This record gives sequence, structure tokens and C-alpha cells, in this order.
Amino acid sequence: MTAINVEGLTKTFGDTVALDRLDLTVHTGEVHGFLGPNGVGKSTAIRVLLGLLRKDSGRAVLLGGDPWRDAVALHRRLAYVPGDVNLWPNLSGGEAIDLLGTLRGGLAENRRRELVDRFDLDPGKRMRTYSKGNRQKVALISAFASDVELYILDEPTSGLDPLMEAVFQDCVRELRDAGRTVLLSSHILAEVEKLCDRVSIIRSGRTVESGTLADLRHLTRTSISVETAAPLDGLAGIAGVHDLAVEGHRARFEVETAQLADVHRHLAGLGVRSLTSTPPTLEELFLRHYGDQSAGVR
Amino acid sequence: MTAPLTATGVLARLAVRRDRVRLTVWLLALAALVGSTASAIEGLYATPAAVAENAATRASSVVARAFTGPATGGNVGALAVAEALVFTCVLAALMNVLTVVRHTRQNEELGRAELIGSTAVGRHAGLVAALLMAGVADVLLAGACAVALLANGLPVAGSLAAGAAVGASGLAFAGITAVAAQVAEGARGAIGLASAALGLAYLLRAVGDATGDIGPDGMTVTATWPSWLSPIGWAQRLEPFGDERWWPLGLFALFTALVLGLAGWLNVHRDVGTGMIPVRRGRTRAARSLCTPFGLAWRLQRGMLLGWLVGVALFGLAFGGIGDQVDDLFGSEQSAELMRQLGGGGSLVDAYFAAMMGLMGVIVAGYTLQALLRLRTDETGGPTEAVLATGVSRTRWVVAHVLVALVGTVLVLLALGLGTGLAYGVVAGDLGDAVGDLLVTTLAQLAPTLVLAGFVVAVFGLVPRAAAALAWAAFGVCLVVGQFGALLELPRAVIDLSPFSHLPDLPAQSLTAGPLAALTGLSVLLLMVGLVGFRRRSLTLQ
Repeated sequence: MTAINVEGLTKTFGDTVALDRLDLTVHTGEVHGFLGPNGVGKSTAIRVLLGLLRKDSGRAVLLGGDPWRDAVALHRRLAYVPGDVNLWPNLSGGEAIDLLGTLRGGLAENRRRELVDRFDLDPGKRMRTYSKGNRQKVALISAFASDVELYILDEPTSGLDPLMEAVFQDCVRELRDAGRTVLLSSHILAEVEKLCDRVSIIRSGRTVESGTLADLRHLTRTSISVETAAPLDGLAGIAGVHDLAVEGHRARFEVETAQLADVHRHLAGLGVRSLTSTPPTLEELFLRHYGDQSAGVR
Repeated sequence: MTAPLTATGVLARLAVRRDRVRLTVWLLALAALVGSTASAIEGLYATPAAVAENAATRASSVVARAFTGPATGGNVGALAVAEALVFTCVLAALMNVLTVVRHTRQNEELGRAELIGSTAVGRHAGLVAALLMAGVADVLLAGACAVALLANGLPVAGSLAAGAAVGASGLAFAGITAVAAQVAEGARGAIGLASAALGLAYLLRAVGDATGDIGPDGMTVTATWPSWLSPIGWAQRLEPFGDERWWPLGLFALFTALVLGLAGWLNVHRDVGTGMIPVRRGRTRAARSLCTPFGLAWRLQRGMLLGWLVGVALFGLAFGGIGDQVDDLFGSEQSAELMRQLGGGGSLVDAYFAAMMGLMGVIVAGYTLQALLRLRTDETGGPTEAVLATGVSRTRWVVAHVLVALVGTVLVLLALGLGTGLAYGVVAGDLGDAVGDLLVTTLAQLAPTLVLAGFVVAVFGLVPRAAAALAWAAFGVCLVVGQFGALLELPRAVIDLSPFSHLPDLPAQSLTAGPLAALTGLSVLLLMVGLVGFRRRSLTLQ
């Protein structure tokens, strides 16, 4: 079962190509990370999926329907938290929560009360007096208190403090345990690593990597720092070893996860005195895809 | 706390960079309005006798005095002043209100002021930069208006005085807005507060002029004291092309210095993003009635509607109250003739009310536009995205806003008709007939207003980015045609552009179903076009 299926989605604004044949598959019941830096088209893709923007070409299926044609019916089955929560300055937070929830089709009363408590929100204050984080809490509470199949969250934690981020992560885990689907757009890798089952990495409007975290980790490299009794020879000859720096009995290098076993065997023969291995992170993968880009910018 | 004005120059240049097109359009449009009025009057009244006769007619007409003010003498320039000065001063004031709020409270609301305030800028720099730009715009506006009059071959002193009157009114309202911006809860509130002050200033001078004494020459009018409470009244006291007094400029200078000082003091005593009026706590739960698209739109717009209701009712009371004097006031045959021309014949009183309601109908359409354009500001500002991602269809969203605008328009027209009818009924001693007739008269204005509303929805659906500009341009056409159409002897094709031209002159003429049905049909068509357009297009989000 797929909750979201996007193939070759293209959207341009004048001369700007926002989405360039984007692919995205989100299975029902998973928390899917939609990963990429600012301005690569994550929000545009989400807005096409919500029927707010018209696609130029490609295929987009949301909960088995057409996001443009069946917008209203589909929206009753999902909850959306926009990246920039700009609602009504003279409504209170509590009113905005109820309003959006009711327009979506209703709020679970207990859940609403509990969430206001957990997120520590003062619902009597006017939206204009809230900070960015508090405005995000309003949208999050309203979404999480809605009993729907799919939650689309566009960079929902950018204004939350670490304490509230933890609450947010708990809420997402609860949704997953209840079998709901979550599309979480983010540029915060640690958050995605903690929460997501599968990840799609997007660059310049195209998907460049997609898979489970384990799949993606497989593509990443482990950093190793080692000191041995015998001099460190022969490392350079092992396939999959990169950025090798040898200094007598010490060495630092990176190794592709698939070649880890070969390296271990080799090091064992040299008498390991100390070894530090840093597990692969999404950050490395991310930097590998974007490193040249940011280098070009700076 | 040193150097509260640090970086004012940089911020002023930033403000000019943001507003260079906007303000240029304002300046050119206002100068064109003044210039074209002068040239039209020059063409219309060829002989000095005709000019003097028209000035005398204006002086004897309470309605003309109240709406536009009397002439300042028996020459072409004086007639141009009578026709356009008050109107131009009001528009200049509006330009300043919108500009000052845009560069003060709107900056705060959108978070820009916070970022700018964190850099090396003085506490007063933002406010002073906004006022500086407004001030320069006012000086340029004064010059542009003077040049427009000079280009018509009018005397130098009078042209300069007229320009100065417009510029000084603008500056006074820049000062008033600076205070409103410190006091109000937010940007919208500041605009509302300053606009209310503008409405009051117009009304005070209207009462002052209407109740003034006609001079021995039969052409000029000495306004009574309420006029002295209004900056627009002071602008008239410069008497361009009449006696040309310059000392009211001192009054302006003193007043502007005082309000600016007050604004500066208030600015130190409040926090960024909040006004002097404390923000009340809201409800912690939404009322059931809020949780529909209509309920939401109603809630968001009821404050503005209330302001319009009060303003229009006061206006109606004031102008209904002098209805019984119309026969005495239009004593001369020429003035009676002029009134009948404007108001479509019949008895003088009927013609008077027809002319007044014709103009007020267009002005009330300004409310309708404001209410509908909320669709556009919410679309780019964020809330629409959140709402349309719920179970609300685009059609339902637009229809909710149209309904709120419609209900609001009916209420405003009712307030106008009731206010005018009650006041006239009391002074004429015939309450029932007066209220009934005037309610029919005002409510008939709904049909052409609907066409304008349909036009707004159509441009919103088809060309969203240009919607606000096109909507106000259409409003401007209706206003100019209604106010100046007959006077400027515009070609029939131009006059027919305004839907308001197609309405019979009620109550002087009788109501016919044909035009009403045609206007309503057209408005429904425009509405459908707009709806289809909106359903087919992408939202324009930032």
C-alpha cells in the first residue's frame, strides 16, 4: 500500500524549475523523511500534493486519489503543518487550533487537551503575540489532535526548543505506532535519523537517493582512527578505503561499509592497540550530495 | 541609548527603494486629477460671467459646499479648487496613512523591524525614515499639483497655494498616522484609526462649510468653527486663487510638530510589535460559529464593517438633517437647474438625495472592495494555504468571502439609508415616507456595487497578482465618473463604463427592473468567471 506515489513530477515558476521529474514513494504506515536543504523544492512538492499548486507534468497520487481533482475529499483524510505558520493575528491560539481542526473534519477532544498540555501552550494568547515556535505548536497541536490517515509536516520543528522537539518526536512515534503515515520534510538530519523508516533525499527538484535508513547507511562510509603495534602498511591497497592519512603507527581513513570486513581482517594482523570507529551518518551522505554545491556557493 | 537616529538615512533609502513605483503612481495620479479638473473647467466655463455664475451656484448649494467645499472666488482656478481640492487633500492624506503604516507597523508585524532593530540603528530611525520619505513625497506632491495648475495657465500664487494645501494635508496625516501607529494593536488597526481621523476631518469641514455664511460677493463662504478643527479645513483656509493666505501653513507646521513629538514620545514607551492599547486575551476555545469559512471571514472583517457602519450612519444623519432646507438653499434658478442635472430632475429634494446617494453608493463600494480583497492578502500571507489544505473547497472559501462582503454591503447601505431617512424624516415631519424612500434609494445601489464586486472576484481568479491594482483602478473610474462625469462632459462611452451610471436617479426617477436585472446578471457572470479561474489556478504563495 502506498500513501503517496509521485513519478516524474515537474513544476516550473516562470523560468525557475522548482521540481524536475521528482519521484517520491511513501508507504502506508511509515514515517518518511523528505530531506534536502532550503529551497530545493520540498515545499513546492508538498503544495502540489495538497492541490494548492498545479503540476506541469508527471504523476501524483495521494491516498489513492488525484491531489488536484479530489482535493477536498483527500484533505479530510490528512493534516498539514505548513513551514511558515502565518495564521490570523487577532485570533487566539486555541481558536486557531479548533478552527483548523473543525474545518478538517473534527478534533479528538482528549487528545487536544493532552497536546496543549504536553506542548505547554497558552491557548488564550493572540496569534500575533506568539513566537515562531509557539505558532508552530498551534499548527502541530491542531494536526496531531486530528484523527486522520496521513500527516504532512513541512519543517515542523525549525522554531521549537529541544524540550519541545522531544515532545514532537514522541508524538510522531505515537502516530507510527498507531499505524498512521507521516511525511516529514526536514533539513535536520538527526531528527530524520531518529524518526524515519525511509528517506528520500532531494536536490534541485529531483530525488537523488531513496530507501530505508539501513540502505542509505550502506552507501555511507565509516570513519576509522587506529593505532597498531606493527607499522601500518597495505591499507591503501584495500578497495573501498578513502582519505587515508598514515603517520607511522597511526592512521585515519574512511571505509565503505561493504569493505569494513576486509579492513578489519587486515588490521587484526597488525596488532590493534586502539581503534575508534565513527558510525556512518546521513550527514556524510548529505554532504556528498551537496558538498560541491555549498562549496560553490561559499 | 545614544544616537536614536543612527542609520535613518539607510532606512529611508530602503523605504524609497521599496516604494519608488508606488509613490510615483500616487503623485502622477493626483497631479493628473488636479490638472484635468482645471482644464475641464476652463473648457466648460468660457466667459467670466459663466464662471462667476457657477461660483455663486456652488456657494448657494449646501450639498456642493458640504461635499467639495465652496469656490474661493470668481475665477477658473477658484472653481478648480472648489471641485478638486478637498478630494485631493483626502487622497493625499490616504497616501500618507498607507505609506507610514507600511513602513512602521507593517514592518513590525512581518518581523522585519526586529531584524533591522538588532543591527546598529537608532530607536527612532524606522519611524523617522518612514516620515522622512512621506515628507519628501508630500513636498513633491505639492510641487506636482502646482505644476499641473500652472500648466493650465493659472496664476502662480494660487497654484502654489493649492499645491501647498495638498502637501500640507498629507504631511499632517503622516503625523496623525505616526501617532496611530504607536497606539493601535497592529497594522490594520493603525490604518483604521488614522482613516477614522481622516473621516472625522472630512466630516468636520463638511459641517463647517455647509453651515457657513455666504460672503457679500455671493461666491465665497466663510466656514464656521468645526472647519477649524480639521486639517482639511486649514488647507481650504489657504484660499488658493482667492485671498491666498499663507499663515495656515504655520498652523500645519505647529500641528505636525506636536503630533510628531507625541509619536516620538510614545515610540520610546512601547515595545516592538505591540501598541499602547494592550492586547486583550482571547478565548481558549473557538466558538462553534467561528468554525466555518463564513464564520471565520465574518470574524476577520466585523471590525472593519463596524467602522464603516458608524461612519456612514453619521454621514447619513448629517446630510439627511439638512434635507428640509434644500428648497431655501437652492433659491436661484441656476442652482436648482444644476441640482436637477446631477440628480435627474423631479422635485429639488429628490434631486438632492439622488445626487448624494449616487456618490455615497460608489464610496460604499469601497467597503465591498476592501472586504473582497482580503481574499488576496490572505492568499499571499499564509492563512489561505492552511485553510485550503483542510476540507474546505476553493469555491466554498471564495463564496464565504463574497457572502460576508455582500451582507456587509447591505448593512452599510441600510445604515446609510436609515441614517439619512431618520434625520430627514424628523426635520421634514414625515418619518414613514422619508425612511421608506431613502431605504429603497440606497439599497438600489447594491446592484451596481455587485458588478464591481464581481469584477474583483474575476480579476482575483484570473490575474491574481494584478487584482488589487485593477480593483482600485475600477473603483477610481466609478468615483471619477460619478463625481466629475457630468461636469467634465466625458463621452457617453466612458460614463457607461461605471455600473453606477446605469442606475436611475432614485428617488427622483422611478425604479425600473430592467437595469437592476441586467446589472445583477452581469455580476453573477463575473463572479462565475472568477470562481472558475480560481479553481483552475495555482495559489500564489511566497
